[in-house]
Order: sequence, then C-alpha cells, then structure tokens
Amino acid sequence: MPYEAWKDNEYIEQLLAELRANGTNVIVGSFDKLINWGRSNSIWPLTFATSCCGIEFVSLGAARYDMARFGWEVARASPRQADFMMVAGTIVHRMAPVMRRLYDQLAEPKYVIACGGCAISGGPFRKSYHVVKGIDEIVPVDVYCPGCPPRPEAMIYSIMQLSRKMKVERFFGGVNRQEKIKDFLANHPEESLGY
Amino acid sequence: MYDLSVITKWIHELLMSFMPGWLATTIECVAIGVALLLVYALLALFYIYFERKVCAAFQCRLGPNRVGPMGLLQSFADMFKMLIKELITLKNIDKFLFALAPYLVIIASMLSFAVLPWGKGLQIIDFNIGIFFLIAVSSIGVLGILLAGWSSNNKFTLIGALRSGAQMVSYELSIGLSVLTMVAFAGTMSVTGIVEAQENLWFIFSGHVPAIIAFVIYLIAGTAETNRGPFDLPEAESELTAGYHTEYSGMHFGFFYLAEYLNLFIVSGVATLLFFGGWMPLHIPGWEGFNQVMDYIPSIVWFVGKAIAISFIIIWFKWSFPRLRIDQLLALEWKYLLPINLFNLVLMVLVIVYGLHF
Amino acid sequence: MANIQEKIAKLFPEATFEDGEILLVNIPDAKWHQLAKCLKEDAELHFDHLVTIVGMDWTDKLGCVYYLNSTKHNTSLSVKVTTDDREKPMIHSVHDVWKIATTFEREVYDFFGIIFINNPDMRRLFLSIDWKGYPLRKDYDMNPEVNPVSLENERQEDTTVSYVEKEDGTIEKKVVEIFAPEDFVVNIGPQHPATHGVLRFRTAVDGETIKKIDFYSGYIHRGIEKICEGLTYPQTLHFMDRMDYFSGQQYHHGLCLAIEKALGIEVSRRAHVIRVMMDELSRIASHCLFLGTFCMDLGATTMLFYTLRVREQILDIMEKTCGARMTFNYGCIGGVMQDLHPDFVKDVKELLAVLPKNIKEYNELFIGNVIAKGRLEKVGVLSREDAISYGVTGPSGRASGWACDVRKTHPYSIYGELDFEEVVYTEGDSMARTKLRIAEIEQSAKILEQLIDNIPEGEYCVKVPKIVKLPAGHYFQLVEGCRGAFGVYIESDGGTSPLRLKLAPPCLPLANVVDHLTQGSKIADLITIGGSLDYIVPDIDR
Repeated sequence: MPYEAWKDNEYIEQLLAELRANGTNVIVGSFDKLINWGRSNSIWPLTFATSCCGIEFVSLGAARYDMARFGWEVARASPRQADFMMVAGTIVHRMAPVMRRLYDQLAEPKYVIACGGCAISGGPFRKSYHVVKGIDEIVPVDVYCPGCPPRPEAMIYSIMQLSRKMKVERFFGGVNRQEKIKDFLANHPEESLGY
Repeated sequence: MYDLSVITKWIHELLMSFMPGWLATTIECVAIGVALLLVYALLALFYIYFERKVCAAFQCRLGPNRVGPMGLLQSFADMFKMLIKELITLKNIDKFLFALAPYLVIIASMLSFAVLPWGKGLQIIDFNIGIFFLIAVSSIGVLGILLAGWSSNNKFTLIGALRSGAQMVSYELSIGLSVLTMVAFAGTMSVTGIVEAQENLWFIFSGHVPAIIAFVIYLIAGTAETNRGPFDLPEAESELTAGYHTEYSGMHFGFFYLAEYLNLFIVSGVATLLFFGGWMPLHIPGWEGFNQVMDYIPSIVWFVGKAIAISFIIIWFKWSFPRLRIDQLLALEWKYLLPINLFNLVLMVLVIVYGLHF
Repeated sequence: MANIQEKIAKLFPEATFEDGEILLVNIPDAKWHQLAKCLKEDAELHFDHLVTIVGMDWTDKLGCVYYLNSTKHNTSLSVKVTTDDREKPMIHSVHDVWKIATTFEREVYDFFGIIFINNPDMRRLFLSIDWKGYPLRKDYDMNPEVNPVSLENERQEDTTVSYVEKEDGTIEKKVVEIFAPEDFVVNIGPQHPATHGVLRFRTAVDGETIKKIDFYSGYIHRGIEKICEGLTYPQTLHFMDRMDYFSGQQYHHGLCLAIEKALGIEVSRRAHVIRVMMDELSRIASHCLFLGTFCMDLGATTMLFYTLRVREQILDIMEKTCGARMTFNYGCIGGVMQDLHPDFVKDVKELLAVLPKNIKEYNELFIGNVIAKGRLEKVGVLSREDAISYGVTGPSGRASGWACDVRKTHPYSIYGELDFEEVVYTEGDSMARTKLRIAEIEQSAKILEQLIDNIPEGEYCVKVPKIVKLPAGHYFQLVEGCRGAFGVYIESDGGTSPLRLKLAPPCLPLANVVDHLTQGSKIADLITIGGSLDYIVPDIDR
C-alpha cells in the first residue's frame, strides 16, 4: 500500500517528524529499520475478550476477514508471549485489577488497543456503578477502535495503525513510546498489586 | 545417483593438505555446527510458514500473504520480533533450571539431526547404532519439558509437564517397538545400512503388512511424541493456556516454538528413513527407464521432500481432529498400540524367517 | 388456576392472592419454607421449576417474587415474600427445595442485601467481596468515590458464611469451608481461552481429577438492571443486544412482548412473522457459532471456520435489514424498526439451500469422529430431575429429556401456529447437547421454510404513543433464547421508566450446574462440559 494512502493519522506524522528532526546513526538506524520491520509485521494478539467485541474478533480470524493474511493469527493465550492486547469489551470494577495484571504480564514491547465503545469510555454502560469509564484509566492505550462492536474491517484498520506506529518507533535509543509508558505507570502505581 | 560424500571428502583432503589433522577436524566441526544451525533455523522458519499456509488452506483461508511475496517472509518477521522481545524474569522460580529447559529441548532435537541421512554421503556421523542413538537423544527433550513445567512455579505448567511426562514415557515405547520392527527387517541399526537396504524397494512396500502396521503406529506415536494435535495435551491451549511454556517469553519461548516444528521434521525424517527409503529415489523393480529418471533427482531433494510430505499428513490431522483426554491417550497406548506393536514384531519376525517379503 | 388458589388457601390460611396473568400468592416469611415444600412436593401442584427470584425494593419494604413453573401440569405461579426490616432483612431460604435457589438467593443478597436463612453460601455473587452497599436498593449511593476502581487484587477467601436457624429460632452466623487447606486449587479464568468470556472457576484437583469447582462471576457485571431504572422503556431495549449477544433478537422480542402486553398493543401479523424469522435466523447463527467454538475448545480448530461460514451468511442477511452485524436493536415496541430489505427472501432461500449440505459436513467432520465420540459420550451426564431442579433450560435441558421449550410450553407470538418439533434427547451427556443443537438448526430451518413464502403485507410497526407509560403493576414474559428460557419482569409505578426491570437469563443456571457435572471427571472434561452447556458470560452477569 503506498504511503500516501495512509497519511491520515496526525499523531503518527508528528512522531515521524520528531524522529526525523533528531537524526540518527546509520548503523543503528538500519538495525532499527530491520527490527521494526520484523516487529510491525508480526503482531501477535493475546486471547482476551470480555464481551460482544470478542465475537467480532473471532469473525476477524475467520475465513472472510482472515487476519492470518497479515500474520496476526497466532493468538497466544499466555500474556508472556503476546505482543498486544485487544481489550475487546467492557471492563468492570472487578475485572480492572485482572486486566492491569495481564498488561503487566505482557512482555515488552507491548501495546494495547481499546476496542469498542465500552473499552474507550464505558460506552452504553457509562452510567453504571460497576463499569470502568475507559481503560485508559488503567493502562496506556495505543490505538482506539470505536464501534459497538467495531466491524472486523475497523479492527483490521486499527491493528494496521498499530503496525504503523511500531514502524516509526526506535528500538535502540530514544524510544519515544516507552518513556510515555513510564510516565503513565508512575501516575498509576502498581505497588498494591500483590506480586 | 550422485554421491555427495565426494564433496565432503574433497573438502577434508583439501584441509588436511595444508594444516595439521587436529586443526582440520576442528574447523570441520565448527563449519558443520554453523551449517547445522543455519539449516536448523531455516527449516524451522519454513515449517512455521508451511503449517500456517496448510492450515489456512484447510480452513478456506488465505494464510499469510502480506509480508514478502506470498507471505514468505512472515516467519522471518516473527523471528526478528521474537529475538527482541523481553525475557521476563520471574520471582520464586528455580532460575537455573528455568533458563536451562528451553536449551535442553533445542539440544535434543539438534542432536537428532546428526544422524539423519540428508542425502547420499551427506550425513554428519554414520555409525553402526545410528537409530539407537537417535532414539536415545530425542528422549532428552522430555526432560526439558518437565523442567520447564516444574521450574516455572505455576500450576498450569506443572499439570502440562506431568501430562507430557506421562505421554512421552508411554509413547516412547511405541516408537521404540515400531522402530525395532523395522530394524529387525533391515537387519542393521546403521542408518546408511537401512537406507541401502531399500535401494530396490522401500520398506513400506517390501515389508507389506507388518511394515504398514508399524508405519501407522509410528505415525501416531510420533505425533504424540512431538506434542502435536490430537495429542497436544501438554500445551492444550483451551485447557492449560499454553501448557508447560506458559511462563516463557521472548526467545526462550521461541526455542520451544522452533523445537516443536523441528521435532515434527525429525519424526517425519525418521519415518522417511525407516519406511520410505531415506534419500533413496523411488525405484520400481523392472521399470529401468523410470528408475533412471528418478535417479536424476538429487538425493537431498528426495529426503526433504518425503519428510515434508509426511509432515503434511501430521499437520493434516492436527487441524482436523479434536484432542484426546489424558486417560484416553494412555489407554490408546497401553491397551491398543502396545499389544498391536508386540504382535506386529512377532509377525515381522515370521515374515523375515519365512521370507514372505518382496 | 382456581383450584391452585383454593388448595393453597386451605393449607395456608395466611396467604393472600392477587389475580393476574400469573396468580400471585402473598405469604409471610415464617410460612414460606413450608409452602415452598408443599408447592414442590404436592402431586397436584408440582411446581418443580424455579424460573427466577426477583429481588425487589419497594422503599417501604424489601422482598422477593418467586416465579414457579410446573413441568407436569404446565402451570405457572408466583409467590411474594416481603420483609420490613431494612437494616438486616432476612427471608428463609428454599435452597433445599430447588437447587438453583442457592445461586439465585446469592444474587438477591448481592443486589439487595437480603440474607437468606439456612442458605449454605451467603457470599456476594457478582460484586467483589469488599463492595460497599447494595446497588439495586433505591437508596444506594451512586457516588463513584464510595466504590472506586481499584487496581488492588481482590481479597480471596476460602470460606463462606451461612446464617443458620437454630431450633429455638435464633439465627447464628457460621463460617463454612469451601476448600480445605490441603486442596490443590487451580484457578481457571477470568482470562482463559476456554471459559467463553470472563468466568472464573476455582478448581480443586486431585491429579487430573476435579474434586470441586467454585465459580465466580461478575467480571463483566455491568449493572444493566440498575441503569434501566433510569431510562425510558424504548431506551432499555438496546441493552438486550448486549447481554447474550447471539440471542439479541429473541431478548428484544421478550422485552417488547412484555411492554406490549402491559400497554395492550396488538402487533401486526407482518411484524410477528418478521420477529419470528429473525429469532430463528439468530438461533441458527448462534448454534453454528456454538458448534465452532466448542470444537475449537476440544482442539478441532477447523470446524470453527466451516461453521462461521454459515454464520457470516446469516449476518449478511441481518446486516442488510438491520444495519448491523451484531447489536441489531431491531425489535421495537409495536413491531420492528425497519421493513425487510428487498433481498431478504432471496437471501434466506439461498441460506436454506446450503444448510443441509453444511449440516452433513459437520456431522461427518466432527460428530462421527471417533475421538469426538470418546470425548463427548457419557461426559457430564445431567439427569432430568437435576436439570429441572438446577433450572437448566434450553438445548441443555432438552438434551436431558426435559421438554422445556417455551415456544411449545407457553407459545408466544405466532409460534403456536407453526409446525416444528421440539427435539428432546434423553441421554443428557455432552454428545446429546451437541447433537440437539444441530437438530435445532434443522427445526429452525423448517420454521423459516414455512414463513419465507408467506410474509403477509401490512405495517411493520403499529402506532405507539410517543411517550410510553406502563400502567402500574407487574408483568412477566418468558421467551426462548438461543440458550434457554429468558424471563423479563417489569414492575411499573405508572411512570415512563420501570421501577424494576429484572432480566432472568438462562446462562446463570447453566454456569451454576458446572460444579455438579464435573465432580470426579478430568480437567479436560471441564472444557467439554462448559463448552457443551454453552453459557455466555455477559448474559450471566448482565
């Protein structure tokens, strides 16, 4: 797909501009390129679904939408082996510590996609006494994928955006994303998680 | 048929001509090691791609097709990613054994590579108890799995490891007996000897009934040995999340992942060796022209091609069959396969004694 | 109904009666347990199926409404038990009469704080152990600071409490052990590939054998019932799609029927036919997905792709008419939202043409497979008595020989005039549950075949007042979802939003029965049994 077709995400363009402004060493830069090529083409999801969006995620794996084309079909049940977490469905108070724990168990570099209205803001259940109003209160979110539930096409698009985001990061030195995660984690401490 | 040992001999003599013997041997060992590692990695990556494509075909899907032409680079991308993934250090585990386990699994499959007959004259070591060595080293793998499960300090991995232990110990018997059946038929334990014995006709044809029974049993037990469906209980995803390697991340998990596919290759390779003539081309007695045409295909292509064809069958039933339960798994081995196998051994002996084979 | 009333009045002079579609008996708490025993055991009454317990807060008093069905006489009855004490409300438990009551009572305790005397397990069901307040009470403090989002791991206890009545009438609090200290407890869930969502089983195992399972739900409890109390009736409808997301059409149907019954609206024939066709289409889609995910749990991944093929075809039909793939929000008060798409008839006929071929393929690939037979047959056998006592309805109940299809027992909409069979198997094992669903796909196809050429002309939605106000009173409606009987209870005070909207999902009893079915079987059987029961977790938790 030509790059021009993608020029619709200001956030990534901004990241890219930041990267270009800093300049980089040739060897490190080409290593980065290779690694980022690998990382952005091999995004393994964690099997994690709480409600309706999870079923659309199943459809995404099925023959019509076939996420295997992009190499995303290796869904790992163990968070240690997955690259990103598609939070598909509502997160409620009781689930919040569990989800945070799953996030902490993911191996770096790790990403989160908030999939569906509930994960983004609480969606139709925002008024409830037991629903988290957006998972970005708990974990840093990389891509938001709206919908109730999002269509599989929308999910494909959101994972492709994640893939692009990986491409403009730097693995060696100035990893602009991981610093943000550190900030986030400092603001949302995990000291009370019992492990 | 071109004898590849000519090349290896030439390299050896070339090295010997200008350096002392010990140095030449060392250099050869290192070169072989590097070549082995390379083949090992490439083969695993190919197998990962192969399985993903094959299962996609069974499931009316396309499979990887975006990364590189026809998705050929997909598993390379996976490997690069895996290499840079974080190795999570866990609290309250046996750190040494935890780190050792994936290497044990990898070493076991690597040692098995040493005796596989890749082509005519292309074999790392060829000694008179090759098959025996193969069976011995391939069973080291279970140790790695047991250690992985035990040292992770996790209940799922422990259950996975115990299942794996029970499974391996049981199915090792079937493998051993079916191999023994074929060794009895060949009359030698040497890998080259077995291959040479199949020059005119592959054992699966010449040994007819007992050989076919042995092949079916070997295929079932071999699948069980590699922890693949329908015998993937140690890593039954829907039951034990990821089984014995639940707690492994990054390249450590990568080793388990690669070893799974390499074991698949080894099992298929041994099946090729025992039943389908190793690197021997397909010869039909009496059809001289046909046999000569077959001889033109290089021996290494024959071996790898046959192994992949058998892997295809194993992949086929992984994606079609549901998983067995642990008690059914053990019942299958102890109540059915083992008695059949013992009977088959007797049958094979009768066939040999009375010369009932072709 | 009159003789039931006479009979109860004779035995229990304290009881008072309210007439309605379903007879309501008011009984003081002291006599309730006795009445319950009598209702269940008396051969003439024989109310052996407890449909649901509706907890209620009437501000001046708290209480429960019990909905009962008789499987023998096909009669229904409701019983109301109240208490004035708001500080420490107590009602006698009926867990020894109907087994499902244990869990239903826990739910009422969780939402209203009503303690059930003698119930062996008085823990919260959905909310965490340290939750403050009882959310469905009218005076519950909704301030998020009272119960903030916590990242702390939930407190875990291996014991539960029980309030036991002694012989002299005093109540004693007792601590009951769930797991012994020496038990090897494996935690399965909430994030686990085989729990079909975020259900959690704490499983005590002895090697590979399961000793006991304690199920925890509430990991997707979204408080739909409470939110609905603040919404108008048309607004409440869209939540029906988000509980059991495969039975969205049926649940919509149920709530619409209840509201229409209250308003006295007669829906046009065309709307009836459209609703029934949509119900049956989603039933086929749901059973297809069941078959796929179930086989995937057992390790036969390829089946999933073959079954999803049919499901995608149905979703296409739905999408054309309803405009969405999953949360359709298609049924509305008075009919349906939009008229059928012009392609509808053609598409459904295409679907009906490919179904038999697909079913044959499923049977060949999976049901006939020797490994599948070994895994499913004689695994998780549920007897008919237990199915009724545990309230296991739907395909799982019918596989145990209990003819519990609401479409046949209490026909609604136009199901009474349709020609279809209620498939009932008697084996009660996982294989029967699986095969029954395939047979139900065939029956649904049969219904569709009858209707597809006979869609009458007419309006798809009748005129409904702009502001929907239900007359004061209570209304109950049962419909057949994809997984069992779905009950809607509405209590109205005459306003625009319900005083209480209770949704009685079929999946809670299904998840509850897992412990009973798995005892003594292997860990792998837990996956088989859980999969074959086919519960949907958001439906349990609401």
